[in-house]
Amino acid sequence: MKYVDEFREPELIARTSEEIRRLADPRRHYRFMEVCGGHTHAIYRFGLKDLLPPNIELVHGPGCPVCVLPMGRIDDGLSMAASSDVIFTAFGDMMRVPGTHGSPLEYKARGADVRIVYSPADALKLARANPDRQVMFFAIGFETTAPSTALTLMRAKAERIRNFSVFSNHVTIIPAIRAILDSPDMRIDAFIGPGHVSTVIGCRPYEWIARHEGKPLVVSGFEPLDVLQSVAMLLVQLQRGEAKVENQYRRVVPWEGNRAALKAMAEVFTLRSYFEWRGMGFISQSALALSEAYAEWDAEKRFQVPGIRVTDPKAAQCGEVLKGVLKPAQCKLFGKECTPERPIGALMVSSEGSCAAYYQYEYRKSQLVSIPA
Amino acid sequence: MCLAIPGKIVSLADDPAHSALIEVAGVHRRVDVSLVEPDGIGPGDWVLIHVGFAMSKIREQDAYEQMSMLKALGETEAAMQEVRGYSTDDAEPPPKERSIP
Repeated sequence: MKYVDEFREPELIARTSEEIRRLADPRRHYRFMEVCGGHTHAIYRFGLKDLLPPNIELVHGPGCPVCVLPMGRIDDGLSMAASSDVIFTAFGDMMRVPGTHGSPLEYKARGADVRIVYSPADALKLARANPDRQVMFFAIGFETTAPSTALTLMRAKAERIRNFSVFSNHVTIIPAIRAILDSPDMRIDAFIGPGHVSTVIGCRPYEWIARHEGKPLVVSGFEPLDVLQSVAMLLVQLQRGEAKVENQYRRVVPWEGNRAALKAMAEVFTLRSYFEWRGMGFISQSALALSEAYAEWDAEKRFQVPGIRVTDPKAAQCGEVLKGVLKPAQCKLFGKECTPERPIGALMVSSEGSCAAYYQYEYRKSQLVSIPA
Repeated sequence: MCLAIPGKIVSLADDPAHSALIEVAGVHRRVDVSLVEPDGIGPGDWVLIHVGFAMSKIREQDAYEQMSMLKALGETEAAMQEVRGYSTDDAEPPPKERSIP
């Protein structure tokens, strides 16, 4: 409970933690998956495991967009950076993610024009300012981020900015949850639903998980108290034998989502029939490509991309960790060949990746050697 | 990646369309507000910002709580770096540096 003194409302936290202990059936083992990488980060950072009884296991889900991107897509994106008239733009999170021949940062060191942007709108701005260059935006993210890319493309089209293009790697959360539920080696009792994705899609798209799969889901905020309250809400449902979708993060997430965002996504994107997820294989209808109306701005059509599938290093077990089958430290490379300083898998790169979060908050602590007095 | 940064609307603007000048801990930047316009927004309102776009309108108290959570998560620097990173040739008042409460 290293960070417990930093919590707001410590009394309420202690009370909720007590409530969880009271609600949890000691004869049962619970496996709750937090779908979102932001939750994974918060859970490790705040040491929330220590506030839960040992029979509640939090399983880390696939909700880190950098982590689920297969290496072949990174290579495809970087293949465009090789041309001298291209400005390759991406969020900072992407910059250290290794491709077969290096990360975007390493390409930059070798002379490619690789630039960090903090918003897709800034990539478009670069295109306006450099009419004789091609500006490609390497788009990643779930439904939280996809509307921003969509609005940027709508603007590019309205302004007829033709030296701008988007390499879309946007993915959607629902098919990933479905893949987890269909996976034979997974046993999840309930879900802590993603907070910010739900500001866009709302709560309705999760209803099948409760109705058809019989699993409770609570859309949760990111504060320690939010996550603990969500765990308590899931336990109440399980105790009553119920399965429904509840919204703990009502202060930010409307039940119906954001209509303007959904409309922009529907205008600009179309569902890919399938898309490869790192460690999870091909998942049907799980990613967004640019629609026909935006084909002119589609980097996959403008540039020749190799489109080769690249397998992860054999020894790395990113897939098992991503699906929650293995804990980060159970991977053979964890903390040895693969560290945040020299990541082999993407889970070690992003602060939302479970390996990086585990390394930063749990592993280092366990490696401190006590000095005898 | 999933950072949601609270900011206060200083003023709305037509150029570029659907934009607003927003203050985050003393830093002023222009962000796109198309997605929250249907909720009715104006100067003094608080929004959560993600990659340069306002995603949802929130209450002032929730904005302060979100800030303190980013601080507790050790993400303040990343959040401020993101906000400062929004390219901003048209930001009006010079950014005042101020640390997050």
